[in-house]
Amino acid sequence: MSALGKTGRLSVLALLVVQSVAAAQGTFDRSKPPELGPPPRVALPPIVTRQLPNGLKLVIVEQHELPLADFVLLVGSGGTADPAGKTGIANLTAQMLREGTTTRKSLDIADQIAFLGINLSPTSSWESSTLSLHTPTAQLDSALALFADVALHPSFPANDFERIRKNRQTELLQLRDQGPAIANIAFPAIIYGSAHPYGVPLIGTEASVKSLTTADLQSYYQSNFKPNNTTLIIVGDVNPDQIEQKINRLFGRWERGDVPPLNYSEPPKSSTTTIYLIDKPGAAQSSFRIGSVGVPRSTRDYFALTVMNTILGGSFSSRLNQNLREAKGYTYGAGSRFDMRRAAGPFTASAEIVSAKTDSALLEFMKELNNIRQSVPADELSRAKRYLQLQLPGNFETTQQIGAALVPVALYGLPLDYFNNYVQNVEGVTQADVARVAQQYINPGSLAVVIVGDRKTIEPALKSTNVGPIVIRDIAGQPIQ
Amino acid sequence: MKRPSLVALCYLMFGSLLAMSAGAQVTPRIQFEKYKLPNGLEVILHEDHSTPIIAVDTWYHVGSGDEQIGRTGFAHLFEHIMFMGSQHVPVGAFDQLLESAGANNNGSTTEDRTNYYETLPSNALALALWLDSDRMGFLLPTMDLTKVNLQRDVVKNERRQRVDNVPYGRADEVILAALYPKSHPYSWPVIGSMTDLSAASLTDVQNFFKTYYAPNNATLTIAGDFNPATVKTLVAQYFGSIPRGPEVKRRVTVPAVAIPRDTFLVLEDKVQLPRLFYTWHSVKGFSKDDAALDILAQVVANDKNSRLYKKLVYELQTAQNVSAFQDGSRLDGKFQISVTPKPGQKVADINRIVEAEIANVISNGVTSRELQRAQNLYKASFLNRLASVLGKAEVLNSYNYFVGNPDFVQQDAARYERVTAADVQRVAKTYLGRPKIVLTVVPEGKKDMMLTASGGGR
Repeated sequence: MSALGKTGRLSVLALLVVQSVAAAQGTFDRSKPPELGPPPRVALPPIVTRQLPNGLKLVIVEQHELPLADFVLLVGSGGTADPAGKTGIANLTAQMLREGTTTRKSLDIADQIAFLGINLSPTSSWESSTLSLHTPTAQLDSALALFADVALHPSFPANDFERIRKNRQTELLQLRDQGPAIANIAFPAIIYGSAHPYGVPLIGTEASVKSLTTADLQSYYQSNFKPNNTTLIIVGDVNPDQIEQKINRLFGRWERGDVPPLNYSEPPKSSTTTIYLIDKPGAAQSSFRIGSVGVPRSTRDYFALTVMNTILGGSFSSRLNQNLREAKGYTYGAGSRFDMRRAAGPFTASAEIVSAKTDSALLEFMKELNNIRQSVPADELSRAKRYLQLQLPGNFETTQQIGAALVPVALYGLPLDYFNNYVQNVEGVTQADVARVAQQYINPGSLAVVIVGDRKTIEPALKSTNVGPIVIRDIAGQPIQ
Repeated sequence: MKRPSLVALCYLMFGSLLAMSAGAQVTPRIQFEKYKLPNGLEVILHEDHSTPIIAVDTWYHVGSGDEQIGRTGFAHLFEHIMFMGSQHVPVGAFDQLLESAGANNNGSTTEDRTNYYETLPSNALALALWLDSDRMGFLLPTMDLTKVNLQRDVVKNERRQRVDNVPYGRADEVILAALYPKSHPYSWPVIGSMTDLSAASLTDVQNFFKTYYAPNNATLTIAGDFNPATVKTLVAQYFGSIPRGPEVKRRVTVPAVAIPRDTFLVLEDKVQLPRLFYTWHSVKGFSKDDAALDILAQVVANDKNSRLYKKLVYELQTAQNVSAFQDGSRLDGKFQISVTPKPGQKVADINRIVEAEIANVISNGVTSRELQRAQNLYKASFLNRLASVLGKAEVLNSYNYFVGNPDFVQQDAARYERVTAADVQRVAKTYLGRPKIVLTVVPEGKKDMMLTASGGGR
């Protein structure tokens, strides 16, 4: 058994200055913000880890506030395990879990979910596939039986797959209506290329979805859904010993097996900044996605990057949002993020910009991406650090939040005391660290600027910005044939 | 809404308690204390010490339904302006101070009310009260046209992002204008029109503030980890000196809604596929048939076993998706079904199935299993809302405003448990038997795809 910290308590911000509570004493002056007392100490329940003989890892957090439990079955394979040319398999495999088991039909599963009043939902991402269950403990046994059946005995019925396939093909058709969705697919396609798993869409392409068969899904499932490739996160009103016994009865006969290794080819290197323009005739806004290949979750610069990005575009008072929204009014919101995965995921700055200000907005984006490489003022650094540190307790309010927080811990092998050390690790980030990671990972001379918008009205103005050459791409981000 | 995505995120979190629906689960009562300051500000306190955080949630009893013709969208624009600083809070400081204290904040506007909320570590409560009281009492001294113009541009971009640049995004305003007479407060959308947003002036801002943003037109709900005695002292200190405003006379009736016969409309949009929207005038929230209409919506189109989903999406596979909802607001309500045909499918064929399934419910009613599934879903939704301190603050404010009693969650849950199969059949007959507005959104240049009175539409 291990715990989040020796005492099971997350000591938030003993590091910060302790101030007096003046406002409550009756002597208050409205012209100044009140002085605040010391931030609260937060007690996080301990994490219990167990492992079944077949290799299935259990991560259990007791939370007895409500008679409720959350389960996240986290399989360590996602879209990056799709065989080449068969993108979309992981996603459709997850979706098909609820479409039939060896003993239940699709409509029976749906009826049972609604009747029990539970939530049972499969999802997939780049690095994992998950099946989540939320249930009152009053019907824990019925809910867990359904959960285990859907996880372990999916039958991938051909008729149901044809329905799901048609549905997906129609979704892909409807994507053409949505500029932001086009940008989300084209941007990674451009910076990674189609040879890299991050360069192809998780939901598949028209060609791949057309070619997939239930045999492909069966094969993906058989290769990757193995207990030794899986962690079951359990949060709620449970007793660790009892829940382990229940899980052992349901998942104990799940057979271990070798899981194919993942291959991440080197993404292409960019040495110039290029504007990739995708035409969406008549669009009211231009969808901006600006960035490059970033870093893996294992980066030693995680905390420096997190603080730097909070300043650049990771909060409401960040530079990108303050400039593009609150100073210029070009958008409803601008931001940036580092998407960190097993391999280097993308760094993306983004916004939906009113078409008439497309060129001005690009210049402001470039200004901020340059400025963040200069030294950041001490008070701005301090604000960002306090935001990250002090909002932490609010991320552990509900069982589902706790479950979600543990996903990266399990998936990327972070230490179990990760959150206990979070505040201190953020505190350790210096002005020099922020400047160093900004200079290292944000290179205004080698960015992909992907803009989906009304080409006729925005292209001439974009040309005159001289930010880079303009290349026209199709809605998948590919060169126009 | 002041900024994108935060609310969606919150509701995602509340979703965890969807599990609480079935079986012997009981909707818990929320303990609270309610009192009024001499200036008329209502205060509701709820203690919850499970996590050291506090939600501060202020409801102003004004929404887009209070707007004047020619100024649609103004209540929401005003919401944005409330974040631009006040006499003692410089522009930009509102968010900087809250974020550096570890707080998140946002606001939202509906037809009926406007809310402003912060969720923060429990030591930072005074900061939220200082900021919220300053904008309640001291907004105008530093208000100027620059602030108004800036948020006007932001809100126009919000409209583009939610409406104009979204497939089918303009359907709602077309439907509202057709369903309600022009003088009806729900005949325009909360976001308003670009023309009216352009017309809003500094004088409008000043008048709106003086009319609606007084302590006697607001309720301040605080939920979370605090000591009530300390909080009462703080609330009195920060809000007590704000002068009472003129009495706010709110509308209690709406113009009659008359739809003599089915009305067929068409809207061209940048879409690949058409979509059918059927809208009936129904009833206001919390009125006699409101809960049965909510249940009906679930039976008609929710999960795979719902009537229209099962028929159109699961069996025939002629539709991509279906949805249905009863929207009961403070003064009036509507019931809507929408269906997106799959490529190559005719709206007329889809329409025949929709009409047949509605007729079937009207003639033959619903099964006990259908009723039970829908009721379980509602049972779950009540617990969803109680999962976080912000959720509980919203529940207290909502009941306080709409039924005049914060202590109503158990009675609200009971409304759904009381619904019978006969009720569902009766409301289907009463309301879905009425003439309706049928809008077909079609791809540009393909108006001939619309559904018409003769059942035409290719």
